[in-house]
Formats: sequence, C-alpha cells, structure tokens
Amino acid sequence: MDLRFTPEEEAFRAEVRQFLKEKLPSRISGKVRTGKRLTKQDAEEWHAILHERGWLATHWPKEYGGTGWSVAQAHIFDVETALAHAPRLVPFGLSMLGPVLIKYGSEAQKRHYLPRILDGTDWWCQGYSEPGAGSDLASLKTSAVRGTDADGDHYIVNGQKTWTTLGQYADMIFCLVRTSTEGKKQEGISFLLIDMKTPGVEVRPIILLDGEHEVNEVFFTDVRVPAENLVGEENKGWTYAKYLLTYERTNIAGVGASMAAFAHLKQIAQSQRKNGRPLAEDPLFAARLARVEIDLENMKTTNLRVLASAGEGMAAMELTAMLKIRGTEIRQEITSLARRALGPYAQPFVSEALDEGFNGEPIGPEYAAPASAHYFNNRKLSIYGGSNEVQREIITKALLEL
Amino acid sequence: MDFSYSEDRRMLADTLGRYLQQRYPIETRHRISGSEAGWSPEQWAALAELGVVGALFAEDAGGFGGDGFDIAALFEQLGKALVVEPFLGALMAGRALASAGGQEELIGEIISGSTILAFAHEEPQSHYDLTEVATRAERSGDGWTLTGAKSVVPQAEAADQILVSARIGGASGEQGIGLFLVDAKSSGLSIRGYPLIDGGRGGEVTLRDAPATLVAEDGFALIEDAVAAGIVALCWEAVGIMDALKRDTLDYLRTRKQFGVPIGKFQALQHRMATVALEIEQARSAAINAADALGGDRKRRERAVSAAKYTIGRAGTIVAEEAIQMHGGIGMTWELPLSHHAKRLTMIGHQLGDEDHHLARFTALGLAA
Ligand SMILES: Cc1cc2nc3c(=O)[nH]c(=O)nc-3n(C[C@H](O)[C@H](O)[C@H](O)COP(=O)(O)OP(=O)(O)OC[C@H]3O[C@@H](n4cnc5c(N)ncnc54)[C@H](O)[C@@H]3O)c2cc1C
Repeated sequence: MDLRFTPEEEAFRAEVRQFLKEKLPSRISGKVRTGKRLTKQDAEEWHAILHERGWLATHWPKEYGGTGWSVAQAHIFDVETALAHAPRLVPFGLSMLGPVLIKYGSEAQKRHYLPRILDGTDWWCQGYSEPGAGSDLASLKTSAVRGTDADGDHYIVNGQKTWTTLGQYADMIFCLVRTSTEGKKQEGISFLLIDMKTPGVEVRPIILLDGEHEVNEVFFTDVRVPAENLVGEENKGWTYAKYLLTYERTNIAGVGASMAAFAHLKQIAQSQRKNGRPLAEDPLFAARLARVEIDLENMKTTNLRVLASAGEGMAAMELTAMLKIRGTEIRQEITSLARRALGPYAQPFVSEALDEGFNGEPIGPEYAAPASAHYFNNRKLSIYGGSNEVQREIITKALLEL
Repeated sequence: MDFSYSEDRRMLADTLGRYLQQRYPIETRHRISGSEAGWSPEQWAALAELGVVGALFAEDAGGFGGDGFDIAALFEQLGKALVVEPFLGALMAGRALASAGGQEELIGEIISGSTILAFAHEEPQSHYDLTEVATRAERSGDGWTLTGAKSVVPQAEAADQILVSARIGGASGEQGIGLFLVDAKSSGLSIRGYPLIDGGRGGEVTLRDAPATLVAEDGFALIEDAVAAGIVALCWEAVGIMDALKRDTLDYLRTRKQFGVPIGKFQALQHRMATVALEIEQARSAAINAADALGGDRKRRERAVSAAKYTIGRAGTIVAEEAIQMHGGIGMTWELPLSHHAKRLTMIGHQLGDEDHHLARFTALGLAA
C-alpha cells in the first residue's frame, strides 16, 4: 500500500496551483473566502475560465470535451480548487445531465447540448422533487402526454416541481415526468428536457431560513415540449435518474470543501480568545476541533479508497452512501464549530454585509458575518441528494441483502 | 414535592399564552422582528399592562413575583411565541437594580412599561467570562464617566436606561467591577444596532466618557445573580421553544406521507423522535433545577445554573437540528415557524455562555467546593 501521489500526479498538482494563481480572479476567490454571496455572473465567469483551459468537465470523456482525468487527478483538482477558494461549479449541467446524455442521449442531443453546457450557453436546473415526491421520488406526478399536431410530435406537461436550486437563473430544466400510470411506479417515468422560456412554465421563489433565495417552485401548465427532447426511451427515465444520482461520486464526500472550511475554522479558533488564550487552546474546543479533523483525515482516505476501487465503473451503492453521510456530517460539523467559536458574535446578521462592495464596518470579527447563516444553510446537506436517512436505508439494504 | 405552578403563576402564564396566541401570531412577530426598531412599543405597553414585567420583580421591589418559577412560567410562553420584546434586559438589569436598592422610582417605571432597560456587561473580548471587564469608570466631579465597549446587547436601541458594568479598580478578577446606569440619550454613549439572525435586534454599545450614575461599587455579586436569572429565563424560553418544535415535528411525522405511509411509521425516525423527546424532558428538569436554585445560596445556584445552561445548549442543538432534518426540505424554509424556532433555540446557546463554557464552569465550581 502506498498513499503517496506519484511524481506525475504531484506535477499535475503544481500545474493546477499555477493555473489557479494566474487565472482565478482574486475578486471571486475573495468572496468565497469571506463567505460572500456569489452572483450568477461570478459563476459564469469562473465557468468560462475553466472552459478556456479545458478543465471544466472532469467527469466527461475526452471526446466530448471532458478532461479524461484519472481519479487521482480529479481528486487533486477538487482539493486544490477548494483550497484556493474557487467557487463550486453549478453541477446540474456538468455533473448531472452531461453524463446522462453521454450515456443515454441521442447523437443530436449530444451534439446540441454538450457544447452548450461547456460554453455556458445553457444554465441547467434539476426538476426531480415534487411537493409529494421527495424521498419517495418515484411517486412523482408531473405528467407528460404525448401527442401530434401541425408542428410535430410533442409532450404536453402539467404539474409542479419544487426545491429547484437556482432555477431562477436557468435556461433549461431536466425533468422526471410521468408518462404512464401502469405497472410499477418506477416504470412510468420519462426524462425530459424543457426550455424554461416555454409558455406555461412559471418559477416562484422559496426563501430559505437564512433569508436567501436559492430554491424555487416550478409550475407547468400545458407546456408543449418537442418529442425530440425526450432522453432515451419513454418510461425508462428511472434508470437514467438513478445513474445520474450515483454519478457525481467524486464530489459527494466534499473532501476539498471540508479541507478549505477546516483551514478557515482553525484560523478562527486561533483568532478568537477564551480565558486569555486562543480558543483553539481551550481544552473543550480543542477536542471538538480534533474530532472533526480526525474524521476528515479518515474521510480523505475512505474517499480515495472508494474512488480507486470504483475505477472506471460505478462505486457500490453502499459505499457512495457512506461517503455522502459522513462527508456531509463533517461539513456540517465544521460550520457548526465556526458558529460556536464566535460566541455572542454568532447572533448579529447583516444581510447586506454579504454583498460585494459592502463597506460597512464589520460587527465583531470580520469572519463572523456569514457564519451562522452558513451553519443554518448547511442543514440542507443532510436533506438533499438523497437524505442521510435514505442513504442509511441503502447501506443496510445492501449489507443485509434485503 | 410539587411540580405544578402555583395558582397565581398558572393564571398569569395562561393569560400571557392566550394574549400571545391572539395578538402575537407568527406573522405579527415577523413584522415586528423585521421592522426598523425590531420591537414593538405597543406590544410592550400591553404586556406590561398584563403584569408580565411586574411578575419578574419581587414584592419588596414593588413587583409581585421575581421567583425562579415566576421567570420560568413567563419565559416559557415568550419562547413558544418567539417574542422579541426587551424582557431579558428588564429582568437582568431590573433585578440588579432591585438588589442594589434605592431605585424604587425607576423600578416603578420599568414595571409600568414606561422605562425600558438593557443590561450591558459582555465585551468584545470576554467570550462569556463574567470577570473580563475592560470598560473603565473614572470619577468626574460628583459623578462618574465610563469608557469602553459592550457587545451584542439585546435590544440595546430600545433601552431608555442601560445598566453597564465597568472597572473601578483592578485589571482582572471579580473585585473592582462597578455597576452604573447610563442614560441612553447621554452624550458619550453610542449604539450601533443591527438585526440578529434569530430575530429582533442587538447592538454594540460604545462609551466615551459617558456620564454615569453609580449603582453599586462592588457589583460582581449583583452581576452574577442577574446573569443567573437571565440564564433561568433563557433556559425556559428554550423549553417553550423545544415544546413547540416537538409539537410541530410530531404533527409532521403523523401527516407527511412518503412511500404510501406517514413518515412517522419509519423506525429510523421513531427512534430519533424518542431521543428528542427524552432530551427535552432532561432539559426541562435542568431548567426546573435552575429555577429552584435561583433564590438559594450562591454555590448551589451557580452550579445549577451552569448545569442547566450546559444541558439546554446541548439539547437545544440536537432538538433544532433533528426538527429540521425530520421535516426534510420544508424544514429549511422561512415560511415555516419551525425554522425560526430552530434558529432562536440555537442562538440561545450563544447568550450568557455556551455548553462548553458552562461545562467547564460547572467543573470549576465543583472543584472549588
Ligand atoms: C436546499 C435544497 C436544495 C434542493 N435542490 C433540489 C434541486 O435542485 N432539484 C430537486 O429535484 N430537488 C432538490 N432538493 C430536494 C431534495 O432532494 C429533497 O428535499 C429530498 O429528497 C427530501 O425530500 P423531502 O424534502 O420531500 O423530505 P421527505 O421525503 O418528506 O422526508 C422527510 C423526512 O423523512 C425522512 N424519510 C423519508 N423516507 C424515509 C424512509 N424510508 N426511512 C427513514 N426516513 C425517511 C427523510 O429523511 C426526512 O428526514 C433540494 C432540497 C433542499 C433542501
């Protein structure tokens, strides 16, 4: 066994660092570092920079414009970009739809949509969840009825999606829709690509507990979708959906994000003082820091073990589930400790202080401004992407062979 | 042994509960909380009229309560309704003023609702340590002036009078900390107010040669007692909130269906709900212990208060996080009162000492025995 990266991999790391030093705008990394709000333009700017370098689609094969990287390279890239405070890429087109189209899409769909994901023409959002279909996703009701008119074959879509992340910016939404009510509920689902500008599509904001507009409800009323926007076969959408859900495995543990957040936490704990010493030296707080650091060190190796064993295929469902559970728990604990470290200064919350260009004086230490809002926002990590309860179900079902 | 409230207390708590249900529903609360002032003079006047402020003071101070369980019964209701009005300041500063004596007129105004108090003790560097006071008091003619900074004072901008701790002598430790009243409008005092993440407002209070009236020259014992009362209040506010979270989560487990059954049928959630309920009962007991010890001797009081704040801090995080988690996505939304209960409960852990602070303090108090 050898946990070291090869000289080639280390050279790759150096190349990534050099690139980040030259190309990651300090305006954007500064916002990420200080927990400020990122705008649509920030996301697009960084997306375009990576696209120019050809380092955008780390999951895609080379022939479609992907990097064709090894597991180790993708991991190094994830860690280095996070430590340099690069923004997280919006995953819906790159990490979710892209792989599905590459595996199941028609030639025409690949030719049309994949380049548009890469060059940023289409901002995608994910239309899976419905008010009545969360963990029990297969019970979704949004219907798509096939028909033909003068303009050709099409589907008429009616229903509602919800929790649609950043749907307010999206040009396109990929949806799971019901095309049949016969047989098992999983067998009547299709995968449809819908233009958000189609008449009958309405987006309404949902405000989260931190006051942010991050998710939306999307309503469909007699929305006409050309039949060519169906991915794969009708009623086979569940297979594609499951493939998509397990695909994003290299990032599900969020190791890079946790490493960056932990480094930031350690700085906070050094700056904050308790009983005349740095908080990092308070025995109780030091123990909290140590526990999460150990968990993170372990997770780095677990993550690499899973990735390495998965090779080109898919990681076993139960291992992916483990990465998701513990990875999100670690991220949540780190934001929880950042909040704790602030003492009373966890309470003030000046929303405008998170906007670029805010030049009011900070309240308490500068790093306090976003901490509690991030803690509350990160409660989502154990809810979305398959809740941690559902992930535990997956683990025991696999282990007990139920 | 008797674990029920006295008749008087129960009646006042019920009256308050009914008032808040009718006149302080969540929409009203959000409107007040998000307003420029962050509190409501009309509500304050009405609540004072109901006797809610008076019940925080002992009879010999002109009130009709002031006992640990009076505080408990009222703050439990205030917690349930997520009230943002300046009760904590009235309780803590008022209690210190009453113990110091000679403030009958002012206390009368407080009880009637016409004067609002804030308690400004913690400082930017103090991180919950009650002896870390760097604000200095200087004699100036017949009076005093104060210079220093006080941090995250709840509803500081609402106050007419602020009770401020400042060093008369010494650089550290319990000795030499005085208590002073500063008029909120006086020159030399400025407040930088801001919204709090859990609703209402707080403020940074800066004093530059601010004229002040001496309340107590050796003020530490008064501060400790006021903080103890504040902790009892916060613990019971938390108990009220936890009961609301439990009620709402149980409702949701019964009504939300996934996979064709109410999600309360899933054993994974049943066991977690059982843990939540257990933690809440332990927290309630800790809060009872603290309320009971409030009037007693210092040592017993301080141990019970630290034990309670530790317990509430620990349980509060568990209950808040589990309530959100068991709701799934909907638990993350602004629209649901639940998320606001969860935020307030979490932030109670950041007032007057967090669980680590009180765990260490409980240990230290035990070793000193
Ligand atoms: C911030 C945020 C962003 C999101 N973004 C998107 C998006 O872009 N696109 C999209 O399609 N969806 C998105 N989601 C939706 C997310 O995937 C769902 O919230 C998630 O699937 C859970 O569904 P639910 O909220 O309906 O909760 P429910 O399924 O109702 O679950 C409620 C509780 O019951 C538990 N539970 C459910 N079933 C079981 C079981 N069998 N055993 C044990 N426990 C169970 C859950 O774990 C949870 O604790 C987002 C959610 C959030 C919070």
